[in-house]
Order: sequence, then structure tokens, then C-alpha cells
Amino acid sequence: MQIYLPIAEVSVNAYLLLGLGGLVGVLSGMFGVGGGFLMTPLLFFIGIPPAVAVATEANQIVASSFSGVLAHLKRKTVDLRMGCVLLVGGLVGAALGVVLFNYLKALGQVDLLVKLSYVVFLGIIGGLMFFESLNAIRNTKRGKAPVRKKHNWIHKLPFKMRFRVSGLYISVIPPVLVGLCVGVLAAIMGVGGGFIMVPAMIYLLGMPTKVVVGTSLFQIIFVTAFTTMLHATTNYTVDVVLAVLLLVGGVIGAQIGTRIGLKMKAEQLRILLAIMVLAVCGKLAFDLLVTPSEFFSVGAVGGH
Amino acid sequence: MRLMLPLLFLLALPAWAETVVLGLSQNEIAITTSFDGSEILVFGAVKRDVPIPEGPELEVIITVAGPSVPVMVRRKERRVGIWVNTDAVEVDRAPSFYAVATSGLLRDVLRDIEDLRYQISVPRAIRSVGAPMTITDASEFTDALIRIRTNARLYQLQENHVAVDEQTLFRARIELPAALTEGAYATRIFLTRDGKVVSSYETSIDVRKVGLERWLFSLSREQPVIYGLMSLAIAIFAGWGASAAFSLLRN
Repeated sequence: MQIYLPIAEVSVNAYLLLGLGGLVGVLSGMFGVGGGFLMTPLLFFIGIPPAVAVATEANQIVASSFSGVLAHLKRKTVDLRMGCVLLVGGLVGAALGVVLFNYLKALGQVDLLVKLSYVVFLGIIGGLMFFESLNAIRNTKRGKAPVRKKHNWIHKLPFKMRFRVSGLYISVIPPVLVGLCVGVLAAIMGVGGGFIMVPAMIYLLGMPTKVVVGTSLFQIIFVTAFTTMLHATTNYTVDVVLAVLLLVGGVIGAQIGTRIGLKMKAEQLRILLAIMVLAVCGKLAFDLLVTPSEFFSVGAVGGH
Repeated sequence: MRLMLPLLFLLALPAWAETVVLGLSQNEIAITTSFDGSEILVFGAVKRDVPIPEGPELEVIITVAGPSVPVMVRRKERRVGIWVNTDAVEVDRAPSFYAVATSGLLRDVLRDIEDLRYQISVPRAIRSVGAPMTITDASEFTDALIRIRTNARLYQLQENHVAVDEQTLFRARIELPAALTEGAYATRIFLTRDGKVVSSYETSIDVRKVGLERWLFSLSREQPVIYGLMSLAIAIFAGWGASAAFSLLRN
């Protein structure tokens, strides 16, 4: 069944969109990630204009994170204070990101920016995760327990604040900076940024693992909602029909994925996720490097 | 000479003893949620006050043009290993859709000078004036525009596609792809003899988004804040609803 998307102005198969949503949903349920970093490139591949894909994905992430946050709030695994500090950075970052996005759109370089950001970030995160989980698997085989540093340079910074839920007494500068980076990425790449924020919270800020996911979801909801509003009011690129179709598939897929994820070991899951991230990164890098069949592209004048 | 030209046209007018009576299978195309391209049948007859003239046969050319907007054509070049958009040329006027259907081969039914005057063929329908001084091969950019849009079925040249009976009745089917933009689609009919235009007729087909498509599109442009908030609310509700429905189903 073909469906005409009112904002993207393309006609696509509705089942394909539901299927894509479902597939990414299964993966995000299995690995506990938002899935934006997989969905946005997939939308490029099926011919949705990148600007629409990025803006719509932000809208979808708000919705798919919503029920997750409710569950975490009930279990009291959200550090609201830390969430708000991250959020301050996130909102500033998202605004900066949209300004940068619109500037490069006018220059005709936005596709390059989005794709390059994906290649760089997916490459780094995928690579780190891959080696880290390989080591973890090796260590568990040898029976070594993982060690974590308790004190590092983070603890020497000023403006300290007490975060009771996380049991931390640290400077607000690192969380604000982490939030800022994630906000920029949310605006440029159409991702929630959980795949950056979760490792940063664990390894950089030293937060306990049980509050990490809930707190990052809390920050993601507000940052992506803000990003959606910025894209909707400056670029008019949020396609609500597309968002709803992806979402319905995604929510159902996520429920199935969670069930599959429970049956697998954490290290195996992480290595699988790393391989997938690297595969998406490789495909995008390949497209940038290989000689294109068409050297020319047609776009609107003035970025609108 | 400049003054003479309009006068010559005036003198030439009464000589148009053949005029077009036109019919369209639809003069309005509605883009609905399930829109997947469309086809219009353009048909008509030639009305004459005099018998069919002797000499070369009557030929028919039909053009359908979507709204024209300036477009930016960009060229990729390899920079530090990756392909980057570098040069750009703005094409001042390019129809979003353009179809030409003819009753014979275009070069047989239309002379170049007439094409220039009426802007009938695809390259003539596109206008590009100022390319930046640094770009010496500006024509490559317009060629690329035509190539890309021809591949997307947005620009079509359909030769031998207009059926003409007894030099009087004619009909042609024009296919419209799914990715249409809104606007008035100018439809022109030219009657030619010996490559010269002897009569022309112009009308327009209205292509509009309707219903939900129309409503969402105008809301997103006119009330972007409300549209954004609504998108968020709908998405949150749909996500929450889907997960609630799934857990109900499981129990």
C-alpha cells in the first residue's frame, strides 16, 4: 500500500515503513538503545530527504522514549537533578546544532555533514564497543573482575554539586558538556544520543549503571522534543505521518526485542551491537568514498 | 524590426483557420494519502471553417508543465578522498514536471525557430542565465538537471505518442509520477504543419493536495508551532497506545 507523505512529498510503501520501524524496534529492544542512529540512515537509503529524515526521527524518538521514562520514574531509577543539568547543556547544544544545520543547508553541504557525523561517531563508538566487549569476554573467561577507576581529573573541577540519587559529588561542567555534545548530535544526526551519553555517564561521570538509562532517556525526551520544535518551525521538515508509521512498528518491535535480549549474554549483545554499528558506518563511508554514478544533484535554492 | 514583429503576428492571426477544441479526462488532480501517480487523457478536435488544407499533414504537440521554481544544481568533486559538493549553478527557471508528447518525431514536427519562440522542447523549457564566472561549463549543469529529472520520469519526451485521426481528432495519455508538487500545470496544445505552429491552445490542470494531506501541509507552513506540538502529542500518544495495546494483547 503506497502512502503519500505530506511533508516529505514522496510516495512510499506503508508496510515498508512499518517493517523498518519494527526491525529497528527489535534491535533497539534487544540492545536497549534508541535506534535513531540506525533508523535515520535507513530512511536515507529508501529515499526520504535527509532533512526530513533527521527532523522526523527526532519526533519519533520523543515518543519511543516516553513509555521508557515512565517505567524508570516508577522504579525511581532517574536522577532528576543530573537529568536537569544534562538537559541545560542539551538544549543549548540542540539550538547550536540547528543553527549549524541550517547554515550548511544553505551552503549545500548538509548531506555531507550528516553523513560524515555518522561515519565518525558510529566508527568511534562501534570500534570502542567492539574491543571493550572482546576484552570483557576474554576477562570473564580468565575469571578476572572488571576494574573501574574511582577518581580522575573530573573530580578536580570547580562548581561542584551533590547528586544524591547517583551518589556523586562532582562539578557540573562535565555533565553540561556531555549534554551539549549530545544536543548538537541530536539536531544534526536525528538521534537521541544515548549511544554517546550512556558510555559517557558510566566511564566519565562515574554514575551507577542502574540510573544511567533512565536519566539519559529523561534528557533525550526533552532535547529531542526541543529539536523537533526547532526543525518544525525553521525548516518545516517534520513529517508526522512518517513518524507515526515508524513509531507503531517500532514500539511493537521493541517489545519483541526486549524478550530476545533477556535470553542473551550482555557481552554477546554488545559485540553484536558493535558489529551492526560498524556495518552502518561502513556503508555510509563507502558511499562517500566510492565514485558516484551521478556527479550532479538537484536541490532547492536558499536552503528551503 | 522589433516593432514589426507584433504586427506580423496580428496579420498572421486570421490565417489560423484551424483551432483546437479540447477535452481533459480530469482538470483537477487530487493528491490524497494514497496518491501513487496519475494519468490524464488529453483529447480534442480541430475545428475548421475551411476544408483541410493541401500539403503537409497536420501534426499535434502537447506539453504539460508543472510550476517553475529556481533550482540549485550542484556538482561533486573528490576532495581529500571523499566526494563533496563543490560548484553550484542556479537554474533560474525549471518546471518541477514537464512532459512533451508529439504525433511524430519532434525534429520532424517542429522547427528549431518555432521551438525557440514557443519554448516547447525540454531544454527550451528550462532557463538558466547567470552562472558564476568561475564555472565555464554551465551547460553541463542544465544537462545534468534534465538527465536527473528524466530518470525520475519528471521530464518526458514522448514522440509518436499523440494519436491523430483524419487530421481532426487527437488524443494522448500523459503519465504523472507519484512525486508531484502542487500548483497549476499549464497544458498547451500546438498544431503544426511543415514544422510551423499554425494554432495553439492553453489551459491548466490544477494539482492539489486534498483532505488530510492538505490540512497537515498548510498547518506545518502557517502554524509551525502548533504543528510541531501536535506532532509531538500525536507521536507520544501513538507510541504509548501501541505499547499499551501490545501489553493488553500479551495478557
